[in-house]
Formats: sequence, structure tokens, C-alpha cells
Amino acid sequence: MSRSIHPALIAMTVLVYIFLIGPLVIIFGASVSDTTFLAFPPQGLTLHWFENIWEISAFRRTIVTSLQVALVGTFIALLIGIPAAYALNRHRIHLPGWLSTLFVLPILVPEIVIGFSLLRSVNVELGVPVFASLLIGHTLLVLPYVIRVISAALASFDFSIEEAAVSLGSHPVKTFFTIVLPNVRSGVIAAFILAFITSINDVSVSLFLTGPGISTLPIQILAHVEQFFDPTVASVSVLLMMLTIIVMIIVERTLGLTVVAK
Amino acid sequence: MTLPLTIDQITAHYGATKVLEDLSLHVADGELVSLLGASGCGKTTTLRLVAGFMQPTKGTIRLGDKDLTRLPAHGRDIGLVFQSYALFPHLSVMNNVAFGLKQRKLPAAEQKARAMAMLERVGLSHLADRLPAELSGGQKQRVALARALVIEPPLLMFDEPLSNLDAKLRVDMRVEIRQLQRANGTTALYVTHDQEEAFSISDRVAIMDQGRIMQLDTPETLYQRPANSFVARFVGFENLIPLTVTGRDGPRVRAVTRDGAALSLSQDRLGPIPDAFILATRADGLRVSGDPAAEGLAATLGLRTYLGRAYQYRCEAAAEPLVANGSLATPFEPGTRATLIPDPDHCAILMPE
Repeated sequence: MSRSIHPALIAMTVLVYIFLIGPLVIIFGASVSDTTFLAFPPQGLTLHWFENIWEISAFRRTIVTSLQVALVGTFIALLIGIPAAYALNRHRIHLPGWLSTLFVLPILVPEIVIGFSLLRSVNVELGVPVFASLLIGHTLLVLPYVIRVISAALASFDFSIEEAAVSLGSHPVKTFFTIVLPNVRSGVIAAFILAFITSINDVSVSLFLTGPGISTLPIQILAHVEQFFDPTVASVSVLLMMLTIIVMIIVERTLGLTVVAK
Repeated sequence: MTLPLTIDQITAHYGATKVLEDLSLHVADGELVSLLGASGCGKTTTLRLVAGFMQPTKGTIRLGDKDLTRLPAHGRDIGLVFQSYALFPHLSVMNNVAFGLKQRKLPAAEQKARAMAMLERVGLSHLADRLPAELSGGQKQRVALARALVIEPPLLMFDEPLSNLDAKLRVDMRVEIRQLQRANGTTALYVTHDQEEAFSISDRVAIMDQGRIMQLDTPETLYQRPANSFVARFVGFENLIPLTVTGRDGPRVRAVTRDGAALSLSQDRLGPIPDAFILATRADGLRVSGDPAAEGLAATLGLRTYLGRAYQYRCEAAAEPLVANGSLATPFEPGTRATLIPDPDHCAILMPE
């Protein structure tokens, strides 16, 4: 006997999908509309607004800045996060429980508070330049994700394997790179992607840390919307979405999305 | 080359908790010694100290003439076999076995030849290109064994190597381990909580409790002549009867239990008996006789269970709950007044605690 699905459940599912996907369809439609304002359904078809992104220098600059900050920030977060996650898992029984909680604290603190306090401390008090403060802010923002995801990968790693390698004459540092790291590779890749996407899409932290001449793409989108109402914003949004979707497809194809989900 | 292991008065702590106290142990060249005990007794800690994964708070560990105590783990040259097999998941069986040789910077061709020869010895050369995940539990443990043996270590250590295998395979594998260890003449330290496993393959067994060795002896001696109540209980002596000597007549000794029941024993087969002692027997060593006047302990029989080779009785004698076996020819009902006769060949005399 096949189980019948209640019509209300189908209706609910369809509604959820419309709610989730609807705005994306509208933005996509608006981005190709041949009008000087956001219009849906699109009137006429043009790729003019995508070209326009490259013509507005502020978009060009901020796309580069966003990519730089996301790549370097994520890289620094991995440099800090991998050893931290390793130490937290390797010596779990000897460490107090609150220590690992400490490392995920930035997730619990509202991002806007992190942004504000970083502005006060790093930028104003210490006088760190804008780009460097942005990097620090984004590193801090993505570090909890890096530690969480790599910890999850390490939690299922049997540290006897590491001890076996050491007992066979492999130096502990070398063992970390030849034995431990290859076995949590998928965790590292997942952490990288999650951190990268979080950084690229961040508004709250960047809002406080961007300064004269240096801004990130989402902040530039905000600034643009305040002055103009043309569909360029829609086409930038589509670009951001495409980037996220492409990254997700790569993850799905190579590792499976469950790596990010857990 | 294989070397003797000497552990000299080791004390170890986990944080503030003392887990080993003044432990000394000598494993002779080519000998297999097991550390046997319940979890938390310090057996695995001892192994980890020798492997170099933990540092003792005091004492020394030597392999032959070499002091290992301050040597880092990767410089100790000890072959280790783990309970979880601990194979490198991302390396082929061949590369797992060759790993130790690679660390020793042997030429690639020699690494391969020696790893292959070792795989042949454990009967797995046909699986050289597989990944560990594609092997069964028994095969994984064989690879782990080959990986530890191929570096020709002066000392082999096993940490509960068979606990993850099913019962039948466990028996086969322990025989295989013993054969390989014998054939190579490698000194070996074997940690297990399984008494049968320890007794069956060891030259000597150290029974441990609370960070100390309670007795270190051959399996035969441990089984027949435990040195103290802990070991006696551990190896299955169910009955521990405290007795006090009231009179001696040549080899015959008269003693009474705590509530005054009298018992006569001969030192001929039991060995010298001190004035206060504990008579330890298994159920097999305490025979039930239906004759209440026979020489032994008067008892009231309780629940009877059938063991196949004998009947076993829970009984109440001299204020002690005892377990005794009786012949299949004459089953007794609960409540029967009977006599329990100790069989001197299956008794041990222990000092009171």
C-alpha cells in the first residue's frame, strides 16, 4: 500500500518553496529588465545592468575588496582554527568544557555588536588601518564556523591513528600533516567554503569597519540603493547568488552537502 | 634484534590523580607478559608510558641498556598494535605496512619488498592495494600486526588488540599473534581485560588493581596458587573462608571459622599453614557430601543448579555464603544438612588482609 500524502501538506510545501524561491525569481527577473527601475515581471530583456556593474568603479573596487577580505580572512581563520580545533579535540579530557564554548562565542554575540566593538577597539583606539580592521573583523566572524566544522571532522578521527604513526617513527609535527590533516580534509574544505560564503555575504561587521575608499560589495549595494533605483543592484545580487550556488554545487559534487550541514 | 624491557618504580598521574604507584616490571628477552585487570587498573597507562605517549612522574623505563624515560615517542622504536587497529584510512594496505620503513628512509624498492614479505606472512599479500575500509576486522588487525612487525622492533606492545573482534576470530587471532611473536622471538607486552586470552598466550601474567601489580606469575601459578584474596577472586576462587589455627598435630592442623565451626587440614599438600589464614577454593574444590558426620564444614544446602558435569549448590556454612559442587549421582534438595569437604589439590592458603 502506498502512503497517501495529505493535500494540506502538499500545499504547505509548495508555499514554503514559493516563499523561499519567489524573491530570488523576482530579483533575477528584475536584473534583466529593460527599464531604469526595478520591475517585475521584466519588461524587455537586456544584460545592460550586468555590464553596468563593471562600469561603476565602486562595484569593481568593492568586488575585489570583498574577494580579498574573504580569501585572506578565511585563510587566517583556518591557520588559527585548525590548530585550535585539533588541540580542543586532542586534549578534550584534560580541558575544561567551557573552553570550546569560548571559541564559538562570536556566533552567540550579535554581529552588529562585534562590528561596533571592533570599531571602538581596533579601529579607533589602536588606529589600525581600514583594510586590516576589515580582515580582523572577518577573521573573527568566520573563526567559530571554522572551529565548529573542523571539530566535527576531528570528533570522528581516531587519535590512535596518530599515535600509531608516531610509534612507527614519524615526528609528531610531520604526523599532523601526513596523517591527521589528510583524514580531516573534507572538514577543512567545508570550513573554507562556509567561512568564505559567510564573509562574502556579511553586512553587519563590515558596516562598522569599512572606511573612506575601502568598502565591501554588500556595503556598496546598500550605498547604491540609497541613491539609485536602477536594476544594477538586482544584477549584483544575482552575481552573489550565482557565486554561492556555484560553490555549493562544487561542495555537493566533491564532498556532499552533509559535510557542511553537520 | 629484540631486547628485555625493564620498568623500574614508575609512578604516574593524570592531573592530580595517581594512576600508577611504584610499579616495577621486567619482561625478559623474547618473553610475552600480559597486563591483566579491569578498566582503570592502570594497565593501559603502563603501556602508554612505555610507548612514550605519557610521562611518568618518577621512575625509569629501559629497553636493554637504553633509557627510554625521556625519549620522545617517535624515537622509541616500539611496535604497537591498537584495539581500534588504527590503520591509516587514506593509505593502501601496502603503504600502511611500509609506513614505518618509509620513516626509516629505506630505499623504496626495499620498503616494498619487505612490506610485501610481511603481508605474505600474515596471508594478506593479495589485498596489498586495498584501502583499510575495504577489509574485515580480522584482516585489519593482521595488517596492523604486519605494520608493527615489519620495522623489526625490539619490543612489541598490544593494547586490547582483539576486543573488537567476534569470539571465534578472537581465538584464532590470539594463536596467530602468539605464533608470530614466538617465531620472531620478540619481547612483548600485552594489555587485556580478558583472562582467558591473557592466560592462553602469555609466558607470565601481571594481574593489576588500582595502579599496582597484585601478582606477576605464570598462568599456571596464578590459576592454582593465587598469592592474595584479590588475585584469588579474580581467577575464580568463589570461596574465601577466614580461619584461625587452634591446634597442630604433625602435618595436621585444626582450625576454626569465625563462628567457631571446626575444620581439619593437612599441610602435606597445602603447604605450611600460618596461625591465621584464608582458605580459598573454587566451587570445584569444595565437595558436597551427604554424610553430616564427615570431616569438613557443616553446611545447609541452598539452591541447586545444573552445570552439566556436576550440580552446584549455593550454601550457608560457618556464616559464610559458599558455592560447592556435588556429584550428579546424588542430587540434594534445598535445606539438606551436608558436609563440605575441601579438596587440598584445589585449595590455596592466603594470608588474611
